[in-house]
Amino acid sequence: MSFNSADINSFRDIWVFCEQRDGKLVNTDFELISEGRKLADERGSKLVGILLGHEVKDIAKELGGYGADKIIVCDHPELRLYTTDAYAKVLCDVVMEEKPEVLLIGATNIGRDLGPRCAARLRTGLTADCTHLDIDTKKYVDFLATSSTLDISSMSFPMEDTNLKMTRPAFGGHLMATIICPRFRPCMSTVRPGVMKKSEFSQEKAEVCQIVMRHVELSAADLKTKVVNVVKEAKKMVDLIGADIIVSVGRGISKDVEGGIKLAEKLADAFGNGVVGGSRAVIDSGWLPSDHQVGQTGKTVHPKVYVALGISGAIQHKAGMQDSELIIAVNKDETAPIFDCADYGITGDLFKVVPLMIEAIKETQNA
Amino acid sequence: MRIYVCVKQVPDTSGKVAVNPDGTLNRASMAAIINPDDMSAIEQALKLKDATGCQVTAVTMGPPPAEGMLREIIAMGADDAVLISAREFGGSDTFATSQIIAAAIHKLGLGKEDMIFCGRQAIDGDTAQVGPQIAEKLNIPQVTYATGIKKSENLVLVKRMLEDGYMMIEVQAPCLITCIKDKTIKPRYMTLNGIMECYSKPLEVLNYEALKDEPLIELDTIGLKGSPTNIFKSFTPPQKGVGIMLQGTDKEKVDDLVDRLQKKHVI
Ligand SMILES: Cc1cc2nc3c(=O)[nH]c(=O)nc-3n(C[C@H](O)[C@H](O)[C@H](O)COP(=O)(O)OP(=O)(O)OC[C@H]3O[C@@H](n4cnc5c(N)ncnc54)[C@H](O)[C@@H]3O)c2cc1C
Ligand SMILES: Cc1cc2nc3c(=O)[nH]c(=O)nc-3n(C[C@H](O)[C@H](O)[C@H](O)COP(=O)(O)OP(=O)(O)OC[C@H]3O[C@@H](n4cnc5c(N)ncnc54)[C@H](O)[C@@H]3O)c2cc1C
Repeated sequence: MSFNSADINSFRDIWVFCEQRDGKLVNTDFELISEGRKLADERGSKLVGILLGHEVKDIAKELGGYGADKIIVCDHPELRLYTTDAYAKVLCDVVMEEKPEVLLIGATNIGRDLGPRCAARLRTGLTADCTHLDIDTKKYVDFLATSSTLDISSMSFPMEDTNLKMTRPAFGGHLMATIICPRFRPCMSTVRPGVMKKSEFSQEKAEVCQIVMRHVELSAADLKTKVVNVVKEAKKMVDLIGADIIVSVGRGISKDVEGGIKLAEKLADAFGNGVVGGSRAVIDSGWLPSDHQVGQTGKTVHPKVYVALGISGAIQHKAGMQDSELIIAVNKDETAPIFDCADYGITGDLFKVVPLMIEAIKETQNA
Repeated sequence: MRIYVCVKQVPDTSGKVAVNPDGTLNRASMAAIINPDDMSAIEQALKLKDATGCQVTAVTMGPPPAEGMLREIIAMGADDAVLISAREFGGSDTFATSQIIAAAIHKLGLGKEDMIFCGRQAIDGDTAQVGPQIAEKLNIPQVTYATGIKKSENLVLVKRMLEDGYMMIEVQAPCLITCIKDKTIKPRYMTLNGIMECYSKPLEVLNYEALKDEPLIELDTIGLKGSPTNIFKSFTPPQKGVGIMLQGTDKEKVDDLVDRLQKKHVI
């Protein structure tokens, strides 16, 4: 086989693996295509999306609207549902032939299953769950200046470097690491959902995006796993990631769980169409379903307003909400770490403070 | 049937985490624990042992003191353990780590009915990559995010969690499964008998000499130097500036807040 991951000069273009579920694109696709466009511009190369599925050609165009130059569609009945075997085979086969320089994959439950399998097969490195990406070194240095405590004036950087610099949290968010993969290609990374900003959709760009259908070879011998069935949990999913207003509750509601959640809902309504989130303590106690969890092992959110009620502000919680535009915290303990990242802090009992907040907000709306 | 359970000793990051001035972690100041997801993997394996009497082998790659953790797992019910330890393996990324662990399991032998259980993710490196990469190196199927595992003959039925539900997946042994924590999985404690016996059960140490000629080992992609990924910089995120603590009675604080929000056109 002619594929050699160490022959790094033979690789070009930025690729995004586009995930679909039930024949629908997922949010991370738009986030990654938008981010990929930025990287392709920094590198002066093309942005290509690769979409695997069955009868999914019609949904491919939309990806062009976020900046893809080309979408490669791999269509096969065995690709309708995700299986590691089929997806890894098809993705690796195409990558070995086309040799992209960079391959981005959403860090969803599916992406984090597929990414490492493919990286091992392609004999290259994979950086997990990235929250920031740069090719241009100057941009990376600017990023460090605002997002780290490093004294960059005392450091020197290889300004001509064109390796993808992949930044990710580790040790539960206590440490950030920028990782490079200098000796092998493609340079692969999974990217945390909800972090990269989705750009404006452009119908014009969607029209000019090239769609290429690609022949897929899969045989029964390639498939060692079988999906027996897929069960959707019959519950209303909260869209924390898309929400403008999030009111989250923590263990501080424990003396009246139902009442506390009601208050949060009412406050979210008063702000206008907000949704209720929770700390892991609340999810682990079974007070809210798991899709409400904000934080390192839950969702990363950046709403316009984030209200934390009775949440202590553990680093793992902050990891999911500290980039909100405005943070309000209510906690009876004035030393709670949540106040370190809050724009406005109120020390007090949430059961007393929140009803006053709801009332005061309503008054301004009636005035 | 033999089940290999891959376990990693990790610093407990749930409490206070000390970071050195140079941005590295001060491991000495933190307690070492068994990675939480790995506790689920151990429990799932021991449950199958209860049901079938299979052999359960704990495998770790780490510095020599990791032996203590392996003895603990034997005291919970594992039959034996393997410690992979060598200076040459230090600083490995996930590609390198999985290559070494895969080579060790290959050397020990992976039979037709055998399985490998991993945790989904370690709380220090946080990548969730080692499991799938071991599976690829050994060319066996994988199922990740598992909360339930049933086996009859060579067929394994696994409940795999998705963000919005789950899949039931059927897979042939030998296979690799990564386990997550779940309310239905309650890791057991060490037993008194287990503790008494744990030092008399076999514990094999595999060093560089023992593994370097294994077919799955590529000497130029292991250790700190060989790993495909390198840490370019590591740093601590700055704390967001402390905001304003509102003063007065509850009512005064709330009125002040609402006033400020109005001025900012938030409400
Ligand atoms: C690997 C790992 C991953 C994790 N991932 C996440 C994650 O994704 N998301 C997450 O949230 N956590 C996560 N955690 C858990 C995290 O470390 C904390 O344990 C958790 O966030 C605590 O939740 P809490 O703030 O609700 O509870 P607590 O820490 O118990 O805080 C409760 C707070 O409520 C206040 N309070 C009590 N009563 C009142 C009242 N009447 N009025 C006002 N205030 C009151 C108290 O002063 C206290 O500050 C993770 C932990 C680990 C180890
Ligand atoms: C700050 C930082 C960031 C890093 N980022 C990356 C990165 O993006 N990409 C990368 O390739 N490497 C990365 N590494 C290196 C990586 O942490 C190590 O390779 C580590 O040995 C294994 O990865 P993990 O902790 O993420 O394990 P995970 O892949 O999260 O572990 C999953 C499971 O694999 C098994 N397992 C993992 N390690 C062992 C072991 N030593 N012995 C036995 N079983 C084990 C366990 O069952 C575990 O539950 C990083 C390291 C640091 C310090």
